[in-house]
Amino acid sequence: MADDAGRRTQTITFDSLRPPSPFFTDSHHAWRASLRKFVDREIAPHVDAWDEAGAVPREVFKIAADFGLIGVGYPEQYGGWTEGVDRFHGVITSEEMARPGAGGVSAALMVHGIGLPPILAIGTEEMKAAIAPAVLSGEKQISLAITEPSGGSDVANLQTRATRRGDHYVVDGAKMFITGGMTSHYCTVAVRTGGPGAGGVSLLLIELDRPGVTRTPLKKQGWWASDTAALYFDGVEVPVANLIGVENQGFAGVMLNFNGERLGMASGALASARACIEDAAAWAQERRTFGKRLADHQVIRHKIAMMVQRVRASTAWLDLCAWRVQNGETPVVDLSLLKVQATETLEFCAREASQILGGAAYMRGQRIERIYREVRVNAIGGGSEEIMRDLAARQLGV
Amino acid sequence: MKVLVPVKRVLDYNLKVKVKSDQSGVDLSNLKMAMNPFCEIAVEEAVRLKEKGVVTEIVAVSIGPEQAQETIRTALAMGADRGILVKVDGDVEPLAVAKILKGIVEAESPQLVILGKQAIDDDANQTGQMLAALLGWPQGTFAFKIDVASDKVTVTREVDGGLQTVALNLPAIVTTDLRLNEPRYASLPNIMKAKKKPIDVKAAADYGVDTAPRLKVLKVTEPPKRQGGVKVKTVAELVDKLKNEAGVL
Ligand SMILES: Cc1cc2nc3c(=O)[nH]c(=O)nc-3n(C[C@H](O)[C@H](O)[C@H](O)COP(=O)(O)OP(=O)(O)OC[C@H]3O[C@@H](n4cnc5c(N)ncnc54)[C@H](O)[C@@H]3O)c2cc1C
Repeated sequence: MADDAGRRTQTITFDSLRPPSPFFTDSHHAWRASLRKFVDREIAPHVDAWDEAGAVPREVFKIAADFGLIGVGYPEQYGGWTEGVDRFHGVITSEEMARPGAGGVSAALMVHGIGLPPILAIGTEEMKAAIAPAVLSGEKQISLAITEPSGGSDVANLQTRATRRGDHYVVDGAKMFITGGMTSHYCTVAVRTGGPGAGGVSLLLIELDRPGVTRTPLKKQGWWASDTAALYFDGVEVPVANLIGVENQGFAGVMLNFNGERLGMASGALASARACIEDAAAWAQERRTFGKRLADHQVIRHKIAMMVQRVRASTAWLDLCAWRVQNGETPVVDLSLLKVQATETLEFCAREASQILGGAAYMRGQRIERIYREVRVNAIGGGSEEIMRDLAARQLGV
Repeated sequence: MKVLVPVKRVLDYNLKVKVKSDQSGVDLSNLKMAMNPFCEIAVEEAVRLKEKGVVTEIVAVSIGPEQAQETIRTALAMGADRGILVKVDGDVEPLAVAKILKGIVEAESPQLVILGKQAIDDDANQTGQMLAALLGWPQGTFAFKIDVASDKVTVTREVDGGLQTVALNLPAIVTTDLRLNEPRYASLPNIMKAKKKPIDVKAAADYGVDTAPRLKVLKVTEPPKRQGGVKVKTVAELVDKLKNEAGVL
């Protein structure tokens, strides 16, 4: 990464790469400015250390909560806040969190974003009161477990079974690739309570310190600062009161998350792409080969133009999708294809930016190097490219 | 105690400034604007005094275009209580700013005015001093540390070669230097709450001030481009260059 003084003289920056949005108001600009300071002060200086350590220190959750990051969009009665917040604040949050090129840090800090919403949407009052304030204050963490060793795309066929025995369920099975699985206190777990297919799935809140739960850490390509686990449930007794929503109607609860998650992932992926271009453009204007600046070789200039072309088009679509969601639509075709568009753009930019940096792109401590290792988790997690396209095609009536 | 904090809207300090092609000034079109960093330090200091219980009310003032409201909102999100926008389009020179501030001081009767020592756009470093002169108040400029006790403010100042401490009787003017504090970032909920805090909108005429510029800018030019360095092979060559090219020996 070019140092700050170098960056100040650059005209191709993270900010200049974003097409101006007609949807941004003063409140969005103020939000971005404050998040920028927060990230620059509390997160960016530590990303390499946290990546190498494989964890975000616990106290950072508290700092993020005090700043308002963890509670944004959640009801005030549980310590969150919603007033004046719209979809574009969410887009900006994902973008600014992606800027330091540390998806693992975001994944660790924000995993409640997939674990908590089902509880708030369809959980009991007691459950909300017991869990939400602890999570939103940064004290406790909640994860979401859908994917299993036998597969993640085909959610309706999940195997983990919860058998009713008196006032308890007994849970047997395993969950795979669970973000925050090693460190979270609670987990929203999709289980089979009924017959085969989507109609037999329920959501169960499982405290991960219950007897019979074991967890194994998984080492992975990127996102090091966020722990990922395989969870095993061996005769785990869970009170019936932990059922989230209605028995055998959990599938809808799982689906609730997805649209917001996809908009967030698209925002983050496109912002990561901008970070790649910023670093590559700075490098291309400094580095000299064959007697001239890299940027003066047409092949390199065109790489930069091609990256900007994709980022501009995709981000304009992102803004339009966010605007539609903000206005109450659920444009499933657009949201699923936008996610694909965003992760393909990220993949393209991570590749081309790496080529521009050359060997330096392969060295740890570079923002591009970290981002390169995050391409696949964006393209596969939260609905893989293949599944997104298939969903869109079905919705299109193909 | 009431504190008045003037805040100026300037080009974001991260951005590279470009001179307009007609050399009449710098090009600010479509560029990100932000609160002058020294003003941010002033707001932070006022908020800290409020948190200590010394200050009861913080009024943030900006003199500038409609969009200077955003700058006031930033101050409100950091912890100021209310704002005053004196709407003026075009450049306002330090003396006009100081005269308007004098009018506001007379209307608001603060015990303390904390200003940035200078704004990073024109780097004038005059407004605080002029305001002190116009009001006949004591001034503690380039503050490194501020202590307020009942009717006095003790200001440790950054001066060439060290620190100087002055004790001023209140009411007084203080201008902030870079090392006084590290301004907070406004929490996200506070940004939203700031939207509800009141901002009064005034005109320069309300204070009987004519803001027509007294100075005329003849020409604005880019600083000379830095030339690449050269490597010398021998000490003799170095001495020769220092003597005959640089002319420093
Ligand atoms: C770092 C990381 C963190 C994760 N965190 C979580 C988490 O917190 N909670 C959680 O529940 N899951 C999590 N996941 C799992 C993720 O959601 C799944 O990996 C994803 O849904 C794909 O499931 P799978 O890996 O089992 O692949 P499979 O479902 O086995 O699919 C394998 C490949 O085949 C393709 N494919 C599958 N079906 C079709 C089809 N019908 N047509 C064409 N192609 C198809 C898929 O696109 C994929 O490329 C995480 C994954 C990663 C990598």
